[in-house]
Amino acid sequence: MSEKTDQKSALEFTCIVCPVGCTLNVTVSEGNQIRVLGNRCPKGAEYALTEVTNPQRYVQSTVVLMGSKTERRLPVKTDKPVPKDRIFEVVNEIRKVKVNVPVKVGDVVLENVLGLGVNVVATRTVEE
Amino acid sequence: MFVAVVGGGPAGMAAAVSAKRAGADRVVIIERAERLGGVLPQCIHSGFGVNYYGEDLTGPEFAERLRADVKASSVEVWLNAMVIEARPDKTLIISTPHGISFVKPDAVIFAVGARERPRGAIAIPGARPAGVYTAGTAQYMINIQGFEVGKEVFVLGSGDIGLITARRMALEGAKVHGVAELMPFPGGLARNVQQCLKDFNIPLLLSHTVTEVLGSERVEAVKVAQVENGKTVPGTEKVFPVDTLVLSVGLLPEAELIRQMGLPILPYTGSAAVDQFFQTDLPGVYVVGNGVGIWDLVDNVAMSASVAGSHAVKYEGRSSDLAEVLPGVGVRVVIPQRLSLGESDVPRIWFRVACPIPVGVALLTRGEEVIARKGFAGLKPAEMAEFPLKEEQYRAIRPGDKLHLRVQQP
Repeated sequence: MSEKTDQKSALEFTCIVCPVGCTLNVTVSEGNQIRVLGNRCPKGAEYALTEVTNPQRYVQSTVVLMGSKTERRLPVKTDKPVPKDRIFEVVNEIRKVKVNVPVKVGDVVLENVLGLGVNVVATRTVEE
Repeated sequence: MFVAVVGGGPAGMAAAVSAKRAGADRVVIIERAERLGGVLPQCIHSGFGVNYYGEDLTGPEFAERLRADVKASSVEVWLNAMVIEARPDKTLIISTPHGISFVKPDAVIFAVGARERPRGAIAIPGARPAGVYTAGTAQYMINIQGFEVGKEVFVLGSGDIGLITARRMALEGAKVHGVAELMPFPGGLARNVQQCLKDFNIPLLLSHTVTEVLGSERVEAVKVAQVENGKTVPGTEKVFPVDTLVLSVGLLPEAELIRQMGLPILPYTGSAAVDQFFQTDLPGVYVVGNGVGIWDLVDNVAMSASVAGSHAVKYEGRSSDLAEVLPGVGVRVVIPQRLSLGESDVPRIWFRVACPIPVGVALLTRGEEVIARKGFAGLKPAEMAEFPLKEEQYRAIRPGDKLHLRVQQP
């Protein structure tokens, strides 16, 4: 065992990319070299990398839907992941949104939320 | 060929579309709610469709895709229509907005889904105040009805719906004090423990349960204690001052209509036995999706229901050559429980283990003889595992065989 081992920081987390849920072991060495173990596919390594440097999550929520005969809420999601530490701010912005029918899957209901370069889009079509 | 599909959730829609594509003259979906989609419209989170559509979708988006397929394939959809009686000769009596209807299809596919186990099923002592919800009900109230369900929340049970509801309530501004799980391992998928609990600093208390509900009008607190060998450990009791208790303590297939058909109900799935085409012991009667056993992924629900849909059209009746598959040591659930023999497609067996197994071998046995074996890593009770048989293994099975699927650790 070299002394350098102690200089590394080791992290363990669960991959959330797919239902398999691999346990990822990530070591970050002194020179910021990142090594990922435990991933069963390349997406896992990619996920581990962002998780260590800039953890991000997609956010889903609902907004008020007006004018529909049957539905009161419209489900929405961010079209790109947002920084993990800004999830609550994003949800608060989403909460202010009101949408009228008709609305289609993919329609933007909130553009460039908090200047993050991320749109909030409808995940359901409600015609009436 | 007339196929009736009872239930318009993901299983029902996938089965109907596949029956129509296989050449059925008429396919009708009978759905008791005012919309298609089953539970998907309220499952606004992502994680659906990675296997079935090759894309990460939310529940409503997954439902939308299937609904588009239903529309495009000219399947008839009856909404607000509920089957109130199902007879062994496949007659269905349906309550519709226009009155009572009788239909007698050539094949019936039950895609009836599951119900949540309520508080009564686990008998939590204490008061009976308002503020105790099953996770799916809480999810419906938040995501479909737009209500705030609770401000201070405790969750009992770590099934996926419980974990996802915990996150949803945290996002809506509630404080989720914790999730208690009776077993020493989580009930839901590992990724949901990560993204629903760890991400939001919600504590997961393994080997813990709620021992008492306190409050008169509304829940005021819950008592939680550690559990060892099925008993609460004295002195470990903690009081959580919450206004809401969310229960995620399991699902049971909604088997009333299946029972009415005269089909015996298996104790370990809560539904009828089926073969690899999801056909029951009554020819032309199928059960798919969560109605036949609880799946953890909608992708598998849709895939398996498609198998039933096309089979209902292509095959009339069933082959008489059957073998039986039973859960053996270490295995809680197997689907299917029958194997129709001599089919051109080699079947797969789905199974769920009783406790986590880091490395193990699944064995399909006939008495002492091993018919098939397959190595597995990371088997978890939360996940349905897939055991595809090989051609020669399948052909080695004989009519009348009683096979056991068990799991061994090295």
